[in-house]
Amino acid sequence: MVDWEERQKEYWDFIAKRREKDYFSDFGPPHYSLMLPPVVKDNYGKWKYHEVVKCGVLKHVSESGDVVYSIRAVTPRLLSIQTIRDFCDIADKYCDGYIRWTTRNNVEFLVTDESKIDPLINDLKAMKPAYPVGGTHDAVTGKYALSNIVHTQGWVHCHTPAIDASGIVKAVMDELFEYFEEMKLPALCRISLACCANMCGAVHASDIAIVGIHRAPPLIDDDGVRRMCELPSTVASCPNAAIKMKPKEKTVEVDSEKCMFCGNCYTMCPGMPMFDPENDGTAIMVAGKISAARSDPALSKVVVPWIPNEPPRWPKVVDAVKKILEAWASDAKKHERIAEWVERIGWEKFFEKTGLEFTQHLINDYNRTPYIYAQLRASTNFRW
Amino acid sequence: MSETPMLDELEKGPFPSFVTEIKKAGETKEAARDLLRLLERSYKDKKTHWKHGGIVAVKGYGGGVIGRYCDLPDEFPAVAHFHTVRINQPTSKFYTTKSLRAICDIWEKRGSGITNFHGSTGDFVLLGTFTEELQPLRDDLAELDPPFDIGGSGSDLRTPSACIGPARCEWACYDTLDVCYEMTKEYQMPLHRPMWPYKFKIKCSGCPNDCVAAKARSDFAIIGTWRDDIKIDQNEVKEYAKIMDIQAEVVDLCPTGCMSWDGSTLSIDNANCVRCMHCINKMPKALAPGDDRGATVLIGAKAPMLDGSTIGWVFLPFVKLERPYDELKETLDNLWEWWDEEGKFRERVGELIWRKGVREVLKVLDIEPSPYMVSSPRNNPFMFFDKSELIHSDYIKELERRGIKLKGEE
Ligand code: SF4
Ligand code: SF4
Ligand code: SF4
Ligand code: SF4
Repeated sequence: MVDWEERQKEYWDFIAKRREKDYFSDFGPPHYSLMLPPVVKDNYGKWKYHEVVKCGVLKHVSESGDVVYSIRAVTPRLLSIQTIRDFCDIADKYCDGYIRWTTRNNVEFLVTDESKIDPLINDLKAMKPAYPVGGTHDAVTGKYALSNIVHTQGWVHCHTPAIDASGIVKAVMDELFEYFEEMKLPALCRISLACCANMCGAVHASDIAIVGIHRAPPLIDDDGVRRMCELPSTVASCPNAAIKMKPKEKTVEVDSEKCMFCGNCYTMCPGMPMFDPENDGTAIMVAGKISAARSDPALSKVVVPWIPNEPPRWPKVVDAVKKILEAWASDAKKHERIAEWVERIGWEKFFEKTGLEFTQHLINDYNRTPYIYAQLRASTNFRW
Repeated sequence: MSETPMLDELEKGPFPSFVTEIKKAGETKEAARDLLRLLERSYKDKKTHWKHGGIVAVKGYGGGVIGRYCDLPDEFPAVAHFHTVRINQPTSKFYTTKSLRAICDIWEKRGSGITNFHGSTGDFVLLGTFTEELQPLRDDLAELDPPFDIGGSGSDLRTPSACIGPARCEWACYDTLDVCYEMTKEYQMPLHRPMWPYKFKIKCSGCPNDCVAAKARSDFAIIGTWRDDIKIDQNEVKEYAKIMDIQAEVVDLCPTGCMSWDGSTLSIDNANCVRCMHCINKMPKALAPGDDRGATVLIGAKAPMLDGSTIGWVFLPFVKLERPYDELKETLDNLWEWWDEEGKFRERVGELIWRKGVREVLKVLDIEPSPYMVSSPRNNPFMFFDKSELIHSDYIKELERRGIKLKGEE
């Protein structure tokens, strides 16, 4: 049993020490125990098993016999303070003032009284916009729903995106909504989106990854380079040695033969923008996996090289994602994730079954990735 | 006519709309209204209208706030500055409504009213404010009870995050919340002061299911596991047998074929179990991780920039995680010291490991090599040998006489 008093005392002692300084800083997040609902604190580390009551509602049972129900609603991640307050109203009404979020941007309401579940769900549905519950899976029965798409900032707030993030997520989730609401997929499927190759959300081990890419080299703003960039580090930033110094003009040039449009130089040097509204777009990667279940974790592979930007609803991206998801869902065995499905049927059949076109772009020629990577162990699947 | 016809399209459909959220914030906030108009422009132009960075900061901190400026400030004055503030989320993202409401009130006063709940790293992200609001905002957050601090950004320790672990999961093999919190507390210095070659992320998952995707998303992934036998409740197995085909769905899907089921008893050859979690996920009432619990630490994961994507590599096959977690701290301290010294500008730890070789990491971290660290031994004979490993032969003596320095010689 955790000694909560001791842990909180440690926390407050630490805070008190920080307060002794002239400037109160570096005190870190609030201690988690101050944020945990009583049923969680009482049964911390004593959970025995869980069941899925229905899509979006989990039931966890403790060794002590205590039960907690978690109601999981999906969010677009971008939230107004008004909506957060609306969620707080619901948490005050049903959950004694406690609330939590998941890694995949879902909001969760924990209740101990089963009769509160449906009224709570109805209150979520009555919000504007409506907040639907779902996205859970039940390994016992082998029924899986699609969980939320984790994503990055896009045109809402970042300076390097090749695509928007929130808009594509919205369009894809609308189209695949039936799979979110109902647990009818054969296995887990994690979809994620990063709006540039920098992938600040690290989507490279997802079942389906939607990735923004550029397709044309930087359009050098010589004046900008002179004003804002350090030449040697700009040159060094290119993984393909495509950037050369032009010392006389105090700027750089790019060898278009070598550039694969990663955008790293622009991150280093604002004088190297590379936005082409007509040529920027989306690549789609599949068959990544993080959990260790059955097979080792795996990196995602590119299966669609490029789809143009078609705001506001990106119909071709939506269509490609749906094709992949449904080809897999109709053909996979129970518990078989996309990576495992492809392992069984082979890539040639993957392209046949999804109807995606295989082009030369899909053959790896990025020879900078160290070959030794494959001989280090990237999995916790070992025997003791 | 609506000013934002394209974005209005994204209010249709059953998935909650971020456009509706921006409009909600716009009911009271000019900045949110301008953001919406600016975003409509991006949708029309098919490109971003945010400029490259810009350094902003609050007193005493080097990270946690990120400068953002619009490239059309005259047309969209309320978002001319639209800086981000990252708030270090409470571990595992539990909140009291009291704290949340207090943060919302501050944000209503000091910013756009728009948030990212949460950012990819895990922070509670406040999206969009002016430079002059940053310090007052930080100070307001510090005055809350309990206080909220800002998170990491730039070349520093990014805000660590953890799965829900023992708070509500039966499979947690260690206390993910406590490890995450204690690491965050211990390393406030590097979290708030970017001084490394590049960013560094720590994530804590309580079991190999890895719900926070630590293996792929963090330079330092702490993944719970166990070494002894899986616990079996045969009565519960029999209950499951009534609702599932144990042979097809559990035994046949075990990656090592180490399970067998005779219709009444489930047996596991634990020496061949690789702790993949499949059978435990399938039968939560009947099976559970053993009692000899701890974690595996994988180092070096990152997105494709620059050497290609990686999933972390095993460096500490098994650590017992007991308070105050000295072994983790020691490993982190040594790793950071080495990376700080040897790493090039913008070189992630994984890339340094590749450049320098795993043998060097073993030395730095003072760990014994083991087969747990490789998918296979090397497939070429081009090995390095130090002088200390060589027989002091006549040949070596001749090299010495000629003044030739051998590897590993001071
Ligand atoms: S993925 Fe790239 S463009 Fe998108 S938010 Fe991250 S850094 Fe910005
Ligand atoms: S976009 Fe990438 S490959 Fe092209 S010049 Fe810049 S750094 Fe080099
Ligand atoms: S990683 Fe494991 S312990 Fe943590 S929440 Fe997921 S299943 Fe539970
Ligand atoms: S944990 Fe995985 S390897 Fe071990 S017995 Fe279960 S299915 Fe087999």
